[in-house]
Amino acid sequence: MSLKEKLLTSYIAFEDNLEADSPLHDLRNEAIKNFEVQGFPTKKEEDWKYTSLNALLKNDYSIFPKNDSNVEFKNVKQYFLHDIDTYKIVFIDGVFSSFLSETTHDKIDVCTLSSALNKPKYKAVFEAYFGKAAKKDSMASLNTAFAKEGAYINIPKHKEVSKPIEIINFSTGNESAILLQPRNLIVVGENAHVQIIERHQSLSDNAVLTNSVTEIFAEKRAYVDYYKIQTDRPTASLIDNTYFSQERDTNCNLHTFSFGGKLTRNNLQYFQNGEHSNSTLKGITILEGKQHVDHNTLVHHIAPNCESHQDYKGIFGDASVGVFNGKIVVERDAQKTDAFQQNNNILIDDKATINAKPQLEIFADDVKCSHGCTIGQLDEDALFYMRSRGIAKKEARALLMYAFANTVLESVKIPELKNRINKLIAEKIGVSLGFDV
Amino acid sequence: MLHIKNLHAGVENKDILKGIDLEVKAGEVHAIMGPNGSGKSTLASVIAGKEEFDVTQGEITYEGNDISELDPEERAHKGIFLSFQYPVEIPGVSVTNFVKTAINETRKAKGIEDMKAGEMLKLIKEKAELLEIDRKFLSRSLNEGFSGGEKKRNEIFQMAMLEPKLAILDETDSGLDIDALRIVANGVNKLKSENNAILVITHYQRLLDHIIPDFVHVLIDGKIVKSGTKELAYELEEKGYDWIKEELVK
Repeated sequence: MSLKEKLLTSYIAFEDNLEADSPLHDLRNEAIKNFEVQGFPTKKEEDWKYTSLNALLKNDYSIFPKNDSNVEFKNVKQYFLHDIDTYKIVFIDGVFSSFLSETTHDKIDVCTLSSALNKPKYKAVFEAYFGKAAKKDSMASLNTAFAKEGAYINIPKHKEVSKPIEIINFSTGNESAILLQPRNLIVVGENAHVQIIERHQSLSDNAVLTNSVTEIFAEKRAYVDYYKIQTDRPTASLIDNTYFSQERDTNCNLHTFSFGGKLTRNNLQYFQNGEHSNSTLKGITILEGKQHVDHNTLVHHIAPNCESHQDYKGIFGDASVGVFNGKIVVERDAQKTDAFQQNNNILIDDKATINAKPQLEIFADDVKCSHGCTIGQLDEDALFYMRSRGIAKKEARALLMYAFANTVLESVKIPELKNRINKLIAEKIGVSLGFDV
Repeated sequence: MLHIKNLHAGVENKDILKGIDLEVKAGEVHAIMGPNGSGKSTLASVIAGKEEFDVTQGEITYEGNDISELDPEERAHKGIFLSFQYPVEIPGVSVTNFVKTAINETRKAKGIEDMKAGEMLKLIKEKAELLEIDRKFLSRSLNEGFSGGEKKRNEIFQMAMLEPKLAILDETDSGLDIDALRIVANGVNKLKSENNAILVITHYQRLLDHIIPDFVHVLIDGKIVKSGTKELAYELEEKGYDWIKEELVK
């Protein structure tokens, strides 16, 4: 039985067990039909031309993993931003861990999707937002069909959340292969501010495939800072689907740090519905071995006078593969749009590959849109210059890579997180250096 | 200190240096002059260890040891410094961070612990004053958007920080106006001592008015064809290089 068949069969049992009056009932049924028609994406689709899921889909994934895992905090402490106080929404094999989490309902809601779904008082929120930003493509539909758990964050208007919120999905490997489908719903009210850090972390070498959907709604003047840390083990793969829906005068920034994992696909879509919105999408990708990371971004400028800034840096070693497919759509009404996209890549080894494809679709006539893409090697003259000043080759290469990635790192607003990323980069390129970036 | 014997070097089967002999002792200033394309910058790069050049014959000994197989960073750790004709721009790395890294990497190679932050700051302040460098300049990205003069001043600032035993100044005077030239030369002169040596590579004599050489060598077509004292530099300035070439033909 193929994974698709297995999922379709499992769905019947899954939906039977849920309450029929769930606000998601109709959505789920529609979603599974979408998935059934579309199936898993293949390389024949333009958007998946450089990324094949075939090898991943051969695993016999457990879809409803058993939950008998005990995870001690001391064993996973390193994956938290433990040097500062944070809210934490933690899942182990897809099941909420109240022991590792720190949630709240005090003026703000930082809790789980399942608990919010069960409470009548949140019904209006689900009706207003759930599924409204996510697309109906096959992977997002698959997630919607099985959506039952994830983070639920609702920040009322004028509320500035005092500490970052961490969303962490652990997988323990108590099944030989596991499919996880977390579903996050984040609503940021008028003039509210929030910082969110998300990561997926496998704790064993068993296969993990995560198909995650996150919808973020920014009401007017809201400010959202979102960080994705993708440093998972070489047996873990991730298909991330993240959607930002922005009302007027909002700022939504997302940084993606992709250093680990087997295959990672980031579907990141921004919809600017209100004027004077600002979107920032940044990423650092550093790969080795046979790692594969595919950034597929869309910024949809619907309202006028908005800005978007994209800055993606990639460093590819060994036989790793990078994909950057960045699409900017400017609708006819979106006059005075200022859209900028930058994608710079360094290939360290002869067998490394980067596929870069900027796409601009502009229907308005008074806009500023630009994109730049470079693919190069480390500058030999710069290396000799640094070495002649006493900096060893390995460190000189590292310093050049740091400098290259720095435009992305410098805008990380949580100092402890910035330090952490700094260390992760140093680890990844195998150096310990005493300079700040 | 530096002893070069019958040095042949080049790139991809093309000989650029065709038998250089040169001896530089501690406390001395040597100038190497010559027309464009004579091999001056190649000589500087080969001494500093640029891998693009192959040494095909001869040897370079420094403090009694053959260094021709050493990496550029190993030569730097032994006290060899090259001030570049065209310093490389490195966006994203500030002057201060670069210099700190260079100093501590050299200390690490020697088994000495990192310089303390306070000591480093004091040293940076002192050397920046020597070269009349503004503090703001130090937090800018290395050489990015620097004028020609700023780049050269920054090279000598790094030299002052690293305190090399053998400093090679490759066309340090090019791109400098007269004030910057004075500041740079003054900086170099303050660093001069009994224990170190300076090799000045230049096209023109004007830098040698400020950094007075003990010896002047003329490099033409990959060979040192004439050596003398500083008077030779004046003669070259006045008469150009053709008379030497003619002498050679005879």
